[in-house]
Amino acid sequence: MYGQGIAKGLWITFKHFVNTYVDDIRYAGRKYMDQAHFPVRQSPKAQGAFTVQYPDEKIAVPERFRFVPFLVVEDYDHPERPGHDWCTSCGICPKVCPPQCIWIVRGQDPVTGRPVPEPEAFFIDIDLCMNCGYCAEFCPFDAIKMDHDYELASYDRTTNHIFDKDKLSKEMRYWKTIAPTRAVEEMEARGGWDHKDVQKEKAKAARAVAQARKTEAEKPADGDGNAAPAAQAASADADAEKAKAERLAKREAALARKRAREAGEQG
Amino acid sequence: MAIAVPQTTKLNLSETLDWLKQRYPDAVKDDERQGFSGVIVDKNRLREVAQVIRDELGFDYLSSATAVDYFGISNHMEMVYHAYRTSGGPALVFKAQTDRENAEIPSLIDVWPGVDFQEREAYDLYGIRFPGHPNLKRILMWDGFNGHPMRKDWKEAYYEEEHKPFDSRWPSGWVHRAEERNIYGKNVRYPDDIDLSRLSDTSEATLYAGLGLGVDVHELDTDGIRTDRLVVNMGPHHPSTHGVFRMIVTLNGETIETLEPVMGYLHRNHEKIGERNSFLHNIPFTDRLDYLSSMGNNFGYVLAVEKLLAQGARYTPPTYRVEVIRVLMAELTRIVNHLWSLGFLLNDLGAFFTPMLYANNEREKILDFFEAVAGSRLMCNYMRFGGVFADIPERMYGVAHLINDRVRDFDTMEYLTDMITERLPRFFDEFERLLVGNEILRDRTIGVGVLPYDLAIALSTCGPLLRGSGVPYDVRRAEPYSIYPELDFDIPVGKNGDIYDRFMVRIQEMRESVRILKQLLPRLEATKGEDVVTKVGHTPRVPIGEAYGRVENPKGELGFYVVSEGDEKGPQNPWRYHVRAPSFINLTALGPMCVGHKVADVVTILGSIDIVLGETDR
Repeated sequence: MYGQGIAKGLWITFKHFVNTYVDDIRYAGRKYMDQAHFPVRQSPKAQGAFTVQYPDEKIAVPERFRFVPFLVVEDYDHPERPGHDWCTSCGICPKVCPPQCIWIVRGQDPVTGRPVPEPEAFFIDIDLCMNCGYCAEFCPFDAIKMDHDYELASYDRTTNHIFDKDKLSKEMRYWKTIAPTRAVEEMEARGGWDHKDVQKEKAKAARAVAQARKTEAEKPADGDGNAAPAAQAASADADAEKAKAERLAKREAALARKRAREAGEQG
Repeated sequence: MAIAVPQTTKLNLSETLDWLKQRYPDAVKDDERQGFSGVIVDKNRLREVAQVIRDELGFDYLSSATAVDYFGISNHMEMVYHAYRTSGGPALVFKAQTDRENAEIPSLIDVWPGVDFQEREAYDLYGIRFPGHPNLKRILMWDGFNGHPMRKDWKEAYYEEEHKPFDSRWPSGWVHRAEERNIYGKNVRYPDDIDLSRLSDTSEATLYAGLGLGVDVHELDTDGIRTDRLVVNMGPHHPSTHGVFRMIVTLNGETIETLEPVMGYLHRNHEKIGERNSFLHNIPFTDRLDYLSSMGNNFGYVLAVEKLLAQGARYTPPTYRVEVIRVLMAELTRIVNHLWSLGFLLNDLGAFFTPMLYANNEREKILDFFEAVAGSRLMCNYMRFGGVFADIPERMYGVAHLINDRVRDFDTMEYLTDMITERLPRFFDEFERLLVGNEILRDRTIGVGVLPYDLAIALSTCGPLLRGSGVPYDVRRAEPYSIYPELDFDIPVGKNGDIYDRFMVRIQEMRESVRILKQLLPRLEATKGEDVVTKVGHTPRVPIGEAYGRVENPKGELGFYVVSEGDEKGPQNPWRYHVRAPSFINLTALGPMCVGHKVADVVTILGSIDIVLGETDR
């Protein structure tokens, strides 16, 4: 009979309509009201169609959600380096950025002119950013992360949409909040909550101390027990200082050579 | 009926090439460049050789035809053709070379009519002329555009540097806008012979020419009504086109006599951008092609580059878990895409938004999964060379941090299992009951927009459009990639090649996808803990050579033709990056399918092809 198929289809539409209210009756309206029933509404097991009443309710985005990146800085109440940048201005993020929306000015020591591992300026043009997440993925220092704050609309693109370092910087604490499991994973990979470079320095210091202890233990115990480890530690420090000075001298020489070469080319 | 099939159609690829070289010793030569394959055919005898390749060797399906500009390397241009047998097997790659100054290669439109749009594209973007092509005019750029943008010496607007990364970004990257600093500015140039003061718009004239207007009215005189043809522009903003796409339709009464698709309104020269990019940069750009199935696009591109990488020394192929995850994503994408396309096809038919929203309800659930795994619902950017971005997380949950944020928390595997084993099959049953018996739907779709078997192959159509016409051609079976050979699934085909068959093929394909997904769940459990993150860094050393990677995307065969050629710094960027876009090539069949039907049917026929303008216009 003509029309039978249509009637069958309409029956399904009707069932959908009813389904939506079955749950309403079962949960007596709580499904919309309280936080506890939100996952029930959203799960694959839910029957009927449910919408989310944005902006009165918003779906909390998953950890891996990526929106315009931010720069990680040390917590502002950090005991040693409050507000210190994690970024070392190594230049990997502007290289891997597909739309080339990251600009970095590498930091320089005002006296010597040598590069220091800290950006002097950092810009992201959020109009260009395509939210691909490469910068966060390839950053070797966990210093740039994708944000979860997607409400960035503004009235003037020319003044508001180039984010500078102040606007981009967010505390490490914030990253721990929005991505708890990933922050822990990264911490484990780094070996601690501190920046990679800080870890390295700490490890070096720890090694020096351990070395000192070891030599102390090997030494036959004579009367002057306390002075020796202190002297050892001091000499280890001195060694480290010396090595550092040597490294700097070498780099200085290399830079001088480079400058000379460039001058030669120009001449 | 016994058709005499020449024995040569059963030769394998190397035998085929030998046979061809033996038959044409002076016209066919091996491509001996490092990393390249196939043969180079003398362009003066290309037509003849192509005919033999199709008829005697059985390569009846021309998948891709594209141009490459070797400016600065060997200073010639070449057309690269990939022909396949519809019975399956690898591609026969043949090339024809021409010089850049007076680029001319004979058209193959008589041999494979499906080359139509692809030759027009090569003419438009590279300036190669194809004698023998009946309608050779620009297809993506506008008429009156000066120059051919894909040529290596052409610079686009706001051009900064030949390749990314740009030097101005680091180490002294003071921010600037491209439009403030650039010598190339908007880069609008006019041909020399144009007097701007007397400029008149002639672009439409070339479009309308040859549409058969202004005929003697007696010619069309039926039933005593004297009438002329009427030209109707459907689009570019017609809601049925799902984007900006225009069809110029010539009508005799209500009946369509000719239909000409006009595209390029969303053209952004994706391929030129791709050549400026590094290999890695391109992955998120592929998301923006067919933005409904970005996982599939990633997959195709990654496969192409992995083929190149595999020729190099230090490359470890992806682990088994990576392959499982990739196929999982590809099949979920297929369901996502088909739900969307079927929903909108019903919208086009007048079943306004109810079925579409039912379909979307399910689609949202899959997108939630994508968001938790890849970080984004549509622009997934998930696959990497030799791996994926990250493993599937244990739990899908978010942390409330904006005002009014509501938290969800699901176990990922449980969520997936619920979706695959219960929710989706239940929905497909329901969707079929909702619509398949519907008399209005049947009246509107059965026998409408018929694409016959042989025409479907000749026009190089692909995907559900090709299979709806009864050709069981699916890249997952014809030239299997990833772990598809070990999975158990069928290729649904239609019988009549009308809209209804395409509709049913899509529903069946979703069921087959669910069948595949069910087989993947135990594999996912078994490979838990395997490494999925790639060892290939952000600047992969891609060896010199060419590769064509293709996948069965929801819309059809998506191919990426990537050429890696060294400049003085070595191959950091693809020399050529071509997208064989299924939406674009499937449109070749739109005109032939619409002729003889009514205006209202055009909307549904277009809907049944299932195009996305991001991919059509690139």
